[in-house]
Amino acid sequence: MAEIHATPQEVASRHDDLPTDGGAAQRRQIWKVFIILSVLTALEFLIAFTMAHGTLKVAIFVGMTIVKAFYIVGEFMHLKHEVKSLIWAILIPTILVAWLLLALMWEGGAILQSR
Amino acid sequence: MAATTTDTLPRRMWLGGIEPMKASYGKLMMWFFLISDTFTFSALLISYGLVRFSFPAYAGTASDFTFSDLYWPIPEKVYEAVPFLHGVELPLIFVGIMTFILIFSSVTMVLAVEAGHRMDQNSVEKYMLWTILGGFTFLGCQAWEWAHFIHGTEGGSVIREIVDGQWVERTIYGANLVENQYGPPAFADFFFFITGFHGTHVLSGVLLNVLIYYRTATGFYDRRGHYEMVEKVGLYWHFVDLVWVFVFTFFYLV
Repeated sequence: MAEIHATPQEVASRHDDLPTDGGAAQRRQIWKVFIILSVLTALEFLIAFTMAHGTLKVAIFVGMTIVKAFYIVGEFMHLKHEVKSLIWAILIPTILVAWLLLALMWEGGAILQSR
Repeated sequence: MAATTTDTLPRRMWLGGIEPMKASYGKLMMWFFLISDTFTFSALLISYGLVRFSFPAYAGTASDFTFSDLYWPIPEKVYEAVPFLHGVELPLIFVGIMTFILIFSSVTMVLAVEAGHRMDQNSVEKYMLWTILGGFTFLGCQAWEWAHFIHGTEGGSVIREIVDGQWVERTIYGANLVENQYGPPAFADFFFFITGFHGTHVLSGVLLNVLIYYRTATGFYDRRGHYEMVEKVGLYWHFVDLVWVFVFTFFYLV
């Protein structure tokens, strides 16, 4: 109900964090993140065609993907600026996912050996 | 008075009445929905990793590569076509364009959220339209990519199989869920399931964006006094972009 029939005070309290420069700094930050993401993607292309295939190349790709994920989740989804309990509530489950990924890739190699 | 009595009770962080995570109910639930969605996408990508490593990798040089169902294909040899450039070998260029489109639409989405904070209805409308345009363009690109993958190359690939106890050779074109000219059938299955599941998310994201645009344009959020719905749908849209970043790496690059 409060959401639909917000009192003027509630509305005003939501805009307490409005920056004095009208959000100009925030917009600059958004475009900065866009440039970082674009440069990383372009670099991934460069590496895809110049490096020999191997574990190092895969490790570099995974590392760059995690950096990109950090910028998308941290800046675009604003998680970096949330409270700590929310950050950990999101991050801890994904660490378990990474563990499962490594375990099952290892398992896949074992299936190949026993075929 | 009842009101004063409640006010004298100690206000503890996790006992209700306040937002310990400093995020509204709707935003928190969107985050937890996205975590559950992460598990679903992870399940698809992790099983891809398992099956990919249970097949032999291609051992020779990239220039000598030919399609075979005996080893896992090199993605840059599979995805090398671009619309209107028939017969030109442009590995991963098209999927790169798709990645840029999605990243760009994520930027316009976050700009719409920022405009919403300032209650700037015209800017929210403008950026939502750009985001919707990006979403539709991405879906169109994916439709083309699927059509190309299903139809296959002009030459096709020759596969050997046992029919009635005899080894026979047969040329197959393109891929579907049971046979695949580019490599093992499992490769095509994962392509359809992972990019298909992601495409479904993009489609529902575009529909939500259209709804948000409509409600912004009719002044609904302006009357409500805040644009938090733009933020919630924005979270979903960034998540779709995030998933594509992972699909791009694990399916197309590695």
